[in-house]
Amino acid sequence: MTPALETRALVKRFGGLVVTNDVSLSVAPGARHALIGPNGAGKTTIINLLTGALTPSSGRILIGGEDMTDATPFARVKKGMARTFQINQLFDDLTPLESMVLAVSERLGHGTRFWRPLASDRQAAAEAADILERFRLADVMCLPTRGLPYGKQRLLEIALAIALKPKVLLLDEPAAGVPEEDRHEVLTIVRDLPTDVTVVLIEHDMDLVFSFADRISVLAAGRLFAEGSVADISRNPDVKAIYLGDAA
Amino acid sequence: MLTILFDGIAYGMLLFVLACGLAVTLGLMNFVNLAHGAFAMAGGYVTVVLMNRYGISFYWCLPAAFLLSGALGALLEVTLYRRLYSASHLDQVLFSIGLVFMAVAGVDYVMGGQQQLISLPSALSGRFSLMGVDIGRYRLFIIVLCAALTIALQTTLARTRIGSQLRAAVDDGRVARGLGINVSLIFILTFALGSGLAGLGGALGVELLGLDPNFPLKYLIYFMIVVTIGGTSSITGPFLAALLLGIADVAGKYYLPSLGAFIIYAVMIAFLILRPNGLFSREGGR
Amino acid sequence: MSRLPRQALASAFLHRKARWKPLEFAFWITALGAAFAFPSQQLLLSEIAILALFALSLDLIVGYAGILSLGHAAFFGIGAYAAGLISLHAVAEPVTGLILSGAIAGLAGLATSFLVLRGSDLTKLMTTFGVSMLLAEAANQAAWLTGGADGLSGIVIDPIVGLFEFDLFGRTGYLYCLGVLFAAMFIARRIVNSPFGLSLKAIKRNSRRAAMLGISPNRRIVAIYTLSALYAGFSGALLTQTTSFVSPDVLAFHRSADVLLVLVLGGVGYLYGGVIGAVIFTVLRAWLSVVTPQYWMFWIGLILVALVLVGRDRISPARLLAGLRARTGRPASSPAQHQKEEA
Repeated sequence: MTPALETRALVKRFGGLVVTNDVSLSVAPGARHALIGPNGAGKTTIINLLTGALTPSSGRILIGGEDMTDATPFARVKKGMARTFQINQLFDDLTPLESMVLAVSERLGHGTRFWRPLASDRQAAAEAADILERFRLADVMCLPTRGLPYGKQRLLEIALAIALKPKVLLLDEPAAGVPEEDRHEVLTIVRDLPTDVTVVLIEHDMDLVFSFADRISVLAAGRLFAEGSVADISRNPDVKAIYLGDAA
Repeated sequence: MLTILFDGIAYGMLLFVLACGLAVTLGLMNFVNLAHGAFAMAGGYVTVVLMNRYGISFYWCLPAAFLLSGALGALLEVTLYRRLYSASHLDQVLFSIGLVFMAVAGVDYVMGGQQQLISLPSALSGRFSLMGVDIGRYRLFIIVLCAALTIALQTTLARTRIGSQLRAAVDDGRVARGLGINVSLIFILTFALGSGLAGLGGALGVELLGLDPNFPLKYLIYFMIVVTIGGTSSITGPFLAALLLGIADVAGKYYLPSLGAFIIYAVMIAFLILRPNGLFSREGGR
Repeated sequence: MSRLPRQALASAFLHRKARWKPLEFAFWITALGAAFAFPSQQLLLSEIAILALFALSLDLIVGYAGILSLGHAAFFGIGAYAAGLISLHAVAEPVTGLILSGAIAGLAGLATSFLVLRGSDLTKLMTTFGVSMLLAEAANQAAWLTGGADGLSGIVIDPIVGLFEFDLFGRTGYLYCLGVLFAAMFIARRIVNSPFGLSLKAIKRNSRRAAMLGISPNRRIVAIYTLSALYAGFSGALLTQTTSFVSPDVLAFHRSADVLLVLVLGGVGYLYGGVIGAVIFTVLRAWLSVVTPQYWMFWIGLILVALVLVGRDRISPARLLAGLRARTGRPASSPAQHQKEEA
């Protein structure tokens, strides 16, 4: 089966510094693949390479078997890739409803309509309301995003990506910064993501990774250090050493 | 031909001294200060007033112009500019245009709208011929003085740690403070130095560029070009850019007077198309 | 709450946001009434309408596309010169002239729009500035076409569509300008409240996220920049047609700066900012130039500085209006209010 997402010998250098070193990943369709590693291992760089925010120094990136190494970020989105950001990237003075309608109408290809009022696009409004409902944002959908509690903003961050009906979803530390009392809500949403969506999860929180992922890749100093099932990785003494070394 | 080159170099050197303060505020501190020319104008008028009203020698007027413009810069930095370092570029543009307008109208009110003239000391006026090249004494004076200034500036920046301290202060004020760098003092000094140099340039330029209340607007584009084309990673960039601009402008006015400033603008736009990011690559903007 | 009302609420909310508000009606009725209430001020009123259209065009790119322009007078000037030349050499009927001039300015906008796609705020600032200076210089040099420093005079404008003659007091002129302003506002509102308009807001607010929603920004920015240039061209043409004169002043730097001030006075990013700003600015200028004829530039500068230091958001009319609207009561039972009541 063609992997949903694949990287071949991906390298990224900043000057003399190699932040991504020969990383070859293969993520099967529908997988729950976690990318873990200590701080500075180069996890976010890989996300940025995958989404096209950065260009790799060498190596290839394939989405659904198609080479997208040189594609623009939006072309990759059209190809079915979506991401969330470690630090919320929301439209602060739009409401969640507007943000969501925007995402949905872009997916529907309605984004270049300049004469039809937003409200007349019932399909987009309905879908947006639907997703907001599912993400427990319906109650706040008409308030400016900026004023929402962080947990809600975090949900919107994920909902915006889901609104694109992605084939591959990159989650960059979805639970980061979420207060304890809202954490459960975010984790439930992550756990209940549609099974046909391939998810790549970047996470620090080992509990979340072990309960969520079916496959784990460990990054250290820009290199792929280990890869395997949850059981393999949790038993791997070297992985433990890395994490303990990081903590020490 | 060589005379044009010589005049161009003098003009370019002068532009560099006028604009290098802007290179720092715009490039390093990421502050769009369209009012830079107002400090140059201040230096110019200091010279005019001191010479014509109080009969003070031109040579003494130069340091006076430098110091007074610098002091003015420091004063405005402390009272106004400082509040806007983190403001949006739109706010900075509005603010500094506002300052320019106030300066233009204010000077018009106090000094009148006419061109200001000074008579240079006799040692600096006139021309002489050297190996067939017609050389204006005053232009030679400008070249020597500006070259000396440039070298002094370059060595100061290279020898001392002011340059790197400034960068640190701009990049992350809190960390810089933690490292024991007095961030606000650095900013004041930098700003004052830039304004002072502009003032000195303004004083030197009274004879060459002319001086009237519209000076800050008239030369704004030249300062911006120097900074845009020269970049901000070192002072060599703006220096070369100023020289090129000076030579091109003098040559353009001599050979193609009808096209005038046209070429300069066209070249700048072409440059901006070719290197839209490289020039200001330090800028974070989303 | 069940699913259907939720969707209905969503549609209702979007609908309400785009609806014409009572204040808007009040504004346009007042503007129309001014044509008859102040017979001696028609020229000033025309000036306001023209400036309002110019500022509206700037709002489209500054407020919606997030492009900082310091050379918007370029398109104003193109429109003004085009209207003058068209009426001198081709058609003297104003509506035809207006449309043609706008189209020419729009084409110029389209041609230069690729200059503002890349680079930082500063680069855009410089390019727009450069383009306008280039044009000003060109207009100055091409005296055979533009009359050079003397400008174009002797422009005769025929009655509008052959029916309405421009009268001495300028009432026809004002109604004409107001009509164009209204049409422009109507279209701009429509566009801003469309999915396309929403995507522009998104690109401006957060381009990283916008890209990650699959929005390719460039063509949309080109489109809005072109529209903005078209509008600026209209306003320039209106100036020529109502004053029968074009001078190089239409391309001057201070015009670009003034319009920025006008927009900022009224508030950026909600279309009416330019209109409100134009009223404030023109009245202020009329008053200041009586008080201090020569030095009103100083006061304009002072206002700019004060505006920035106090904080534009804090004193923007948009905010005052929003406050007013909140107090006079919004339609009840919006989810927003439920939320507030719960909190």
